[in-house]
Parts: sequence; C-alpha cells; structure tokens
Amino acid sequence: MTTELVVISGKGGTGKTSVAASLAVLAGPIVVADCDVDAADLHMLLRPEIRVVHDFYSGREAILNQSLCVRCGLCADLCEFDAFTRLQDETGITRMDVRLLACEGCGVCVRHCAAGAIEFPEKFRGHWFESDTRCGPMVHARLLVGSGNSGKLVNQVRRRAFELARQHDLAWVITDGSPGIGCPVIASLTGATHVLAVTEPSVSGSHDLLRLLALTRHFSIPTFVCVNKFDIYEPAAREIEHMTKAAGANFVGNIPWDRAFAVAQQEGRTVVETDGPGARMIREIWDRIREQIGQATQEGNHDEPA
Amino acid sequence: METKDSKKVWPEEVRGPIWAVASGKGGTGKTTVAVNLAWVVGEKVQLVDCDVEEPDAHLFLAGDASALREVTTQVPWIDQSKCDFCGLCAQFCQFNALAVVSRVSLVFPELCHGCRGCSMLCPHQAISMVSHRVGQMEIREIGPRLTLLTGTLDVGSPQAGPVISAVKELRDPRILTILDAPPGTSCSVESTLRGVNRVVLVTEPTPFGLHDLKLIVELVRLLRLSFGVVINRMVPGQDLVRRYCEEEDIPVWLEIPEDRRYAEAGARGRILVDEFPELRAAFVRLVDQLKEADG
Repeated sequence: MTTELVVISGKGGTGKTSVAASLAVLAGPIVVADCDVDAADLHMLLRPEIRVVHDFYSGREAILNQSLCVRCGLCADLCEFDAFTRLQDETGITRMDVRLLACEGCGVCVRHCAAGAIEFPEKFRGHWFESDTRCGPMVHARLLVGSGNSGKLVNQVRRRAFELARQHDLAWVITDGSPGIGCPVIASLTGATHVLAVTEPSVSGSHDLLRLLALTRHFSIPTFVCVNKFDIYEPAAREIEHMTKAAGANFVGNIPWDRAFAVAQQEGRTVVETDGPGARMIREIWDRIREQIGQATQEGNHDEPA
Repeated sequence: METKDSKKVWPEEVRGPIWAVASGKGGTGKTTVAVNLAWVVGEKVQLVDCDVEEPDAHLFLAGDASALREVTTQVPWIDQSKCDFCGLCAQFCQFNALAVVSRVSLVFPELCHGCRGCSMLCPHQAISMVSHRVGQMEIREIGPRLTLLTGTLDVGSPQAGPVISAVKELRDPRILTILDAPPGTSCSVESTLRGVNRVVLVTEPTPFGLHDLKLIVELVRLLRLSFGVVINRMVPGQDLVRRYCEEEDIPVWLEIPEDRRYAEAGARGRILVDEFPELRAAFVRLVDQLKEADG
C-alpha cells in the first residue's frame, strides 16, 4: 500500500515547501506531488526534468456569440454570479458582455438563452507535468493565473502520483499542499494516509494550526506537527506542543531558525543537502515519522485475522 | 448571502477607496502590513479580514467581537414526495452537487455553487433552495476610528468565496476600507480583489518570494488594478525583487528591513508601529503614497 504524507501549514510562509522538499530528498526514491498549484515553488528546490506535459481542462465557461445575441438581457437576470454586463442607451440594451473571471461555469445562461447565443466550451486552465527528480518521479502543475478551480487540478496531480508510485513500486508519496484549510487543502487531504503540519511559533501560527488540526480530525487523518523557527518565540512553540498533544496529534520536533534555509533556496537545493542545525533536526523528524508510521502499520497487521 | 436585489447602491462620490493587501506567497507579512496600515492611517477606516480560511488580524487588534452573523449559501433541497428520480437535475449540475441513484436523490451542499439551475429546470417543481451555513462574520470596534470585520470559513467547508463576498458587503462603503487578502492567486484572491481601487503586494526578497510575486502581478494586471510592492524582511544585497520591480516599472512603496526584533514582536501579536518608531514613520509614508496614488 502507498503511504502518502501531505505537508501542509494552515498559515503560509512557515517553511512548508522547504520541509517537504527536504523530506522528499531524505525519503527518496519516492513520488513527489506539488499540490500547492497556485503558488507552486517546490520545483525551485527539486529542479525537475519535465518528461510529459499535459493540458488541464476543467469545468466550462460561457462565451457569448455577439452575432447571435438578441440583447434580451435574460442571461444577466438569471446569473447568480453577476457574470453578464449590459451596455444600455435610450433605445435599450446595445450590447451584452461576459465579465472577466466572473463566470462560474454553471450553464444556467446556456440553457435559458432562446437565441442559442452562448457557447459553453471546456475551459483550459493550465498544464500539469510528469518529471524526474533526484528523489524520484514528480507530478506538478502550473495553473493559469485567474483560472481558479485548483481543487480539481490537485485531484489530477495526486491521482497521477499514486499511479506512478504503483508503476515504479515506490512505497511513499510526499505531497506539498497549499496554505489555508479550504478547497485545495481539502482536495489534497481526501484519501491521504498521514499529514505533517509545519507551523511557526507565533499567535498566528498557533491560531491557524488549531483550525488545521480540526480539519484533519474532521477527516480522521493521523497528523504530525513540527514547529519551524521555534527559537523566534519559544513560549509559543511550547504552547503548540501542548496544543498538538491535546488535539490527539503527534508532535515530532522543533526546527531552529537557520540561515541555511535561505541559502539553500538561493542555490536551488534543499536544506538537508547542506549541513547545519536545521538539517539535523529535519533528519530527526523524518526518522520519527517513519518509525511511527512503521509501528502503526505493523500493529495494524497484527490486528488482521491470521 | 444577500440577494442581488437587496444590495444598496451608493453614489460614486460618497464611496471611500478600497485598498487590498495581497501576496502571491504566504507568510510574507501581508497581515502585518494590513494591520499596521490601518493603525496609522489617521482617518476612519475599516479593516476587512478576507483571509477567511485562516483569519488572523483579530489576534493583533484587541476588541470584543459583536454582531456575530452567519454566512449562508443557497443550495437545493429536494422534496422526495414530488421527485420522480428522472435525474435531469444531476445531469445539468456542472459541479456534481446532485446525484440520483436508483430511487434516491441526493444533494451534496458543499459542492453546490448556488446557481439555482436545478430548481429552475425540475419538471415537478420538487427542488427549492434553502440556506446552508458555510461560515460566520464578526464585527469588532477596535477604537473610535478602526472597525475590524472578520470572515471565518467553517472548518470542513471548502468554499471561501461566499464568505469573502459576504464580509466585504458588511463594510460601510462611504469610508476607507483595507482588505487583508488570502495568500496565493486562487479564486478566493479574485473574489477579494473585485472592486478594489489599489493593491499593495507584499513580498520578500527570496526566490520563492519573487516567483510568487510574478504570479500575483500577472493577476492584478489581468484585473487592470493599480498596484505597488512592499518588500518585507529586506536584506542588503538581496536585490532580486528590487531589480524585477525596476525592470517591470512597478513602484516599490516600502522596504521593511529584516530584523529579529520585528519577528519576535509580530510573533507575540504586537503592533509593530507601536513598538518601533522607525516603522511608524515608514508606514505613515506608505499611507501618503497610497493616498497620492488615489489622487
């Protein structure tokens, strides 16, 4: 069975991607999935060689054919998303237009337009890639700016990552998720076996972690927590450790502030490919995670009837 | 959510400007900039926390939450006594929010976008629209001149957009509004930036910071919004973001130097301009530039 560790953070900018890339290097060969599709940065550390490029189409979009439009304005009346605008003068409506980025692709206007003036093609939203990296195959994506719908692209990236893991007989998928707790995060958690939350010792970090832990509990996914830059404000780091345990999650370590993260990023490397206190702690965290997942799996096996 | 017809329309001349603080990358100091900007702006202002997945501005601004309101969307409800399981609604729905399996019809409210298409087409009038809770809003009076409006998405609910639109609607359009946007360039950011007059893009001088700045610049240009950049945690010699802004002719409105004392104060939930006079002066200059740009 494939084990998937999804690395998320709640709050942005906690070092999630740096930690995910480091774990990928320590764990390799594995499959890596970058599911932070609207600010994908993992490729800058893992430098994938792209093998296959796929177009990503998802959902549909209303396109108005001006030559067929009879300017009745019904589309604007029915649209719940205010996607249509009308230009008017004293003679009535002179032109209907679709507002940029406002169409949700529901199809209500298409169905009700008596003139058949609204086309409804599938929407091109970006590309996704299958690549090779020094830690194994990688699936990643680039969403066109302004095309929304990242949840479906996350599903696509993860589905392919799992297929590649089976094809190459690799036991792990490590997934870099996105910040927040909304649509793309939920898409990256559905069916995941484990979560690692990377947080930071601040009022925002602990507040956001609490919401994240509620989400992983909601989906019943076993969750590990580590604090990055714990020495910026140690009382908050201690509070997070308590909070984690109280929430039934698993605290796996405090990573010290380390200039090596920034230097490694500038060099296009992961911090564990350098040496320093940050790198050493991430190694320890990885050992703990691997050990605990291994134990849980073994216990699970004992439970099975002989 | 309010329906379209009930929206108040204010005449153009009494509308206060809307500034949004956004960032392609998370954790660059977007909330810090929004909070400090609102704190020094020197006129009546409302700060709207549109980062509804992880709203944090209230952690920096003490004030009692009042006027808790629910945010709901409209989702279909199927009267099973009228439904003949024809499945037309499920065929029509682009979001797979309805399913008809043998003699059961189901609604998945979390997938519904509220277009009402299903209720319009049901030949048996079996579908009506009902309210579905997705989040909540709070109003906090922080002081005589600052009001904080916070939108919070319910945990487990995927759709941030309706909460963002609802909390933006709560503002008094006659006074200056500052929006704290969610990170990234997703549809939540698009919802936040709709109707904004000026955007402050916060970034940091790292390769990730630059990469994600370019994405959000692409978005604000697509939306034809006026914008400038704040470089946070500036380190002498790390000029990559500055160079990019010069090449692209983007104004750099403010640079905040990297300083461990700022990081610690921020981690404790302090307002930086109250602790560091040099930052107060810098934020006052930022306000001046924004107002100048407003003309």
